[in-house]
Amino acid sequence: MQQQPSIPDTKEPATAANDSIPVVPLRHPVRWALAIVLIVVALGAAWDVAVNERYRWDVVASYLFAPQILAGAGLTLLLTVVSMTVGIALGTLLAIMRLSDNPILSTISRGYIWFFRGTPLLVQLIFWYNIAALYPVIAFGLPFGGPSMVLGSANVLISPLGAALLGLSLNEAAYMAEIIRGGIGSVDKGQYDAARALGMSGGKLMNRVILPQAMRVVLPPTGNQVISMLKGTSLVSVLAISDLLYSAQIIYANNYQTIPLLIVASLWYLLMTSILSFFQNKLERRYGRGFDSAPRRMRKPKTRTV
Amino acid sequence: MTTAMVEARGVRKNFGVIEILKGIDLRVEKGSVTCLIGPSGSGKTTFLRCINHLEKVDAGRLCVDEHLVGYAERNGKLYEMKERQTARSRLNAGMVFQRFNLFPHMTVLENIIEAPVHVLGRPRKEVVVEAQALLDRVGLGDRGHSYPQELSGGQQQRIAIARALAMKPKLMLFDEPTSALDPELVGEVLDVMKSLAEAGMTMVVVTHELGFARQVADQVVFMDGGVVVESGPPGQVLGNPQHERTKAFLSKVL
Repeated sequence: MQQQPSIPDTKEPATAANDSIPVVPLRHPVRWALAIVLIVVALGAAWDVAVNERYRWDVVASYLFAPQILAGAGLTLLLTVVSMTVGIALGTLLAIMRLSDNPILSTISRGYIWFFRGTPLLVQLIFWYNIAALYPVIAFGLPFGGPSMVLGSANVLISPLGAALLGLSLNEAAYMAEIIRGGIGSVDKGQYDAARALGMSGGKLMNRVILPQAMRVVLPPTGNQVISMLKGTSLVSVLAISDLLYSAQIIYANNYQTIPLLIVASLWYLLMTSILSFFQNKLERRYGRGFDSAPRRMRKPKTRTV
Repeated sequence: MTTAMVEARGVRKNFGVIEILKGIDLRVEKGSVTCLIGPSGSGKTTFLRCINHLEKVDAGRLCVDEHLVGYAERNGKLYEMKERQTARSRLNAGMVFQRFNLFPHMTVLENIIEAPVHVLGRPRKEVVVEAQALLDRVGLGDRGHSYPQELSGGQQQRIAIARALAMKPKLMLFDEPTSALDPELVGEVLDVMKSLAEAGMTMVVVTHELGFARQVADQVVFMDGGVVVESGPPGQVLGNPQHERTKAFLSKVL
């Protein structure tokens, strides 16, 4: 029985009263009630956790900014940022190779993805860590005993950190390649026609037209990858690298405060994922321009006209 | 005698085993307007795409402005060009698509200046001034900072025309430019195309708008089944068709 709000420019012989019929928005009493119940439950649970002395919040507080923990968090962040950067760059290349008309390039990409997705990351990490056992010396040269240039001992060139970065990056590249391939596939074929008709080809067509549009589809799963990488880096503890989780483990192995130290590590993981999610949102907004159903036009456009 | 902007001789095109173009002969004079008409599946869009080498020609010769499209001729053989060379040779022709194909992630102005700046390497400032003039010309001078999605179909198509013109092409190709539009938006796009024709632009238009063809075209080409059935001035092809197939088609669409 609700009245339609009158449309201003219809030339109906509307009476003055017709224009000012108030519109009552739909109310949501159940939502409000549920929200109140949930707030009460959440506050209660938080209070319970806070006053429960067995959590040892004092230990949590004393280790939250401990140097080993901070160093571990720094290393975790470093591993994540470097491996993701290399992974995305190499993954983009692999995705473009995979979609290429060139059968050699697409086969190389296919093979790479098959291998690095198909073997456990843990095995890959240990493999890189022990590379010196297989190849004591790293050198560039011709196969079958031809001349070569020795770069140095594998043990020196590939440190444990190097092995970790290598393992994580190369593995990540395989996953990113598939995500980016999906993104590229989501771009309308007409965009290729339009770009080609304007004289674009190769890298320019990809960088200026296709990839920016693929970003919209690529970003959400990439955010997932970043966050699972952040926590997945804890796997490198097998290479005796003191990342965040491993640092916490070393401490509780000595003082038996297992839960408080895991809480410390978790708080840092939470903080880092929150920061990363914030940037993800910003990027998604940036690449959603021109696609959003509700155009963001309140912002004043950068005026480039003279 | 004027020189030809487009000259096709025996152009053939297959998709797999299906032969889409079975030897097209066609001549488009400089400064003239040619309308390609015919039932769907007749190969007119494919032929238009061949002119721009968006489709590879399998046999025959296709020249734009007296240059072979997509091939280089040496020692009596045709050598297929690399993608980059083909991209260069496409600069002679501007193309407008049925589905507009504007770049959705760029504003209208960015769409127009994209290729002049990033393909031709021209200074941005200079191109922006020209782009604004083009926007004024298609009657959308105030929409430079909108995103394509915020515009109507007719407006998007006018922007697409402006974008193609920004490359200063010698030839404009239109692939059913009004087929995806709501009926009330068709007129505004046809008006822009008419003014373009009046300004002396060479145009090849695949269209179902027979009124436009009759009014603007110098030459109407009726295609069916991958061949040119009949061509000539609009009064002759549309007004007094000689072939049964042309008559049958016209009786259906009129």
